[in-house]
Amino acid sequence: MTETHVPTPTPKMVDVFSDIERETAFKVNPAGFAVTELAAADDRILTLTADLSNTLAEFREKFPERYIELGIAETNSVSFAAGLAACGYVPYIYSMAPFGVLKTAEQLRTDVDYNHLPVRLVGRLSGLAMGYFGTSHYAVEDIAIARTLNNTLVIAPADAASTVALMKLVATTDAPAYIRIAEAPEQVYGAPPSDMEPRYEIGKWPRLATGGHLTIAAHGMGVGLAVQAARLLAQRDGIEADVFDAAFLRPFDEAALAESAAKTGKVLTVEDHSVVGGLGSIVAETVARHRLRADLDQVALPAVDLEVGVPAELYEHYGLTVAGVAAKARDLVRGGSTS
Amino acid sequence: MLNDTKPTAAVLERGRHVTDAELARKADWIRLKTIELVAQAGLGHYSSTFSCAEIVATLYYHVLRLDPGAPAWADRDRFLLGKGHVATGLWPVLADLGYYPQDWLGQFGQVGSPLNDHPNMKLAPGVDFSSGSLGHNLSVGAGMAMAGRIARRDYRAFVLTGDGELQEGQVWEAAMAASHYKLGNLVAIIDANGFSGSGPTSEAMNIEPLGARFAAFGWLVKEINGHDIPTLRATFASLPDPVTGKQPVAIIARTHKGHGLEMFEKQPQAWHLGLLTDEQRTDAVAEITARMELAE
Repeated sequence: MTETHVPTPTPKMVDVFSDIERETAFKVNPAGFAVTELAAADDRILTLTADLSNTLAEFREKFPERYIELGIAETNSVSFAAGLAACGYVPYIYSMAPFGVLKTAEQLRTDVDYNHLPVRLVGRLSGLAMGYFGTSHYAVEDIAIARTLNNTLVIAPADAASTVALMKLVATTDAPAYIRIAEAPEQVYGAPPSDMEPRYEIGKWPRLATGGHLTIAAHGMGVGLAVQAARLLAQRDGIEADVFDAAFLRPFDEAALAESAAKTGKVLTVEDHSVVGGLGSIVAETVARHRLRADLDQVALPAVDLEVGVPAELYEHYGLTVAGVAAKARDLVRGGSTS
Repeated sequence: MLNDTKPTAAVLERGRHVTDAELARKADWIRLKTIELVAQAGLGHYSSTFSCAEIVATLYYHVLRLDPGAPAWADRDRFLLGKGHVATGLWPVLADLGYYPQDWLGQFGQVGSPLNDHPNMKLAPGVDFSSGSLGHNLSVGAGMAMAGRIARRDYRAFVLTGDGELQEGQVWEAAMAASHYKLGNLVAIIDANGFSGSGPTSEAMNIEPLGARFAAFGWLVKEINGHDIPTLRATFASLPDPVTGKQPVAIIARTHKGHGLEMFEKQPQAWHLGLLTDEQRTDAVAEITARMELAE
């Protein structure tokens, strides 16, 4: 049985760039909001963009001398930031996710990660957020690359509140970081059913629900889907799930994951990332490393040429929906095929 | 507070006294130590280290403001080895200046040694930034120069690049940013020895006219003989003020790959990476030592 789902009649691209309106900044652009707050308390913080200045409108207004535009030149931006960091500054680079980690992987590795410098790459427009702009503008391989960087925190916040909380947490460390921003995800924190406030520790996954039939781990926009799917499963199918906000992809919460997987024997991951190298791979590696017996499945993007369209329709197409997550969860618990 | 590392009482000031002959001897001493260290490691970059020996000697023994007792001192001049594969020539200099004990050189190339073929800022005091991947360090140096401007400090950032390295696109992204932000405290020194790993640089991919290219990117260009010590000194002495200067400086140092040893000069390409036999090494040391003695 599949869930019925009525898509929005005519999905449109949403403008997620601008934070000019202060009232909407927190909701639309929490990463820009957060760095502005942080910079007020820490004069080491600088921001850089490679032609993405509109994501930092408020910051530029408040701290014009601490904003550095580097033009459409991402590789230079990362190495330049490493030079700033080597002189005591804490640079935050705001980049379109597709042109962030993917284009600058070697600069991030050699100049930032190997040298343990506190450069923070904030990837806006991750996953399929660029929608109909085309596959060149997708970032669905970024976590696979970023999590091979030994010293870099790889973080995917679930919503606006968690973005702010995680950015404040990162600011307390000296580590390099990649922060992968989901655009306009469902609100998870401070909203039903959990009404939880986001509370994070480095490398720990908040538990958003508890159950013995299944483990669901999700990051970014997947967390909202996982939470709602878990509620649906509990209400309609009597399936109770452990649900984790896997905001940390590196370091990740190996202990919590292994414990839950050992308990439930079934793990479903949810992410707007390729099936290769992301959270699904983290789970598979962990299950293997701990020699657990567990069935695994993924709600993720297939490792094939992807379709182009408005994000809402793409999510529908690839099952990145509450119904899609619930269906895979149900099949996993019942031992059936998901095809 | 940002960057509050204090200097010791033993700061090496800019423009400190040294004769041209002493700098020439230091350059040859760098060549001798390179031969020694490469023999120890079993393989190394000879001819590209030899081409920049006068540049490195002049910078470290005359130009740079340094404090070996406080390597992280915020107001020191920065030196980045864009062409990281010539670190072999830098290690004896940093030991000589007191950044680390001389006996570190004895571990060069071994597992666990802080000193390797390419410099690592996390391992070796005095290394201002790691390098190895060509094309990165002009960007890093521009970032450091920008940090100096934001913090209102008067240090300079020097970046020594190879000429083949200029084929990397990132270099020109950095060149654009440096002039856009008027980083008059940034100095690129191009060791233009005319060769990259597999042959003459401009046969692989033409990079000339270098001076015109940097000028077109908004840099102040000085094209000089990179082995002529009085010229090197005069060029460095004429740099714009690091605080008020508005143009980054490109010093196109025309050099010979393998300069200072006849065998290398005749076959610069063959000695980009290699190992001298014992007999060749003896002859090479004799040739360089004889020149140094003659200059005394």
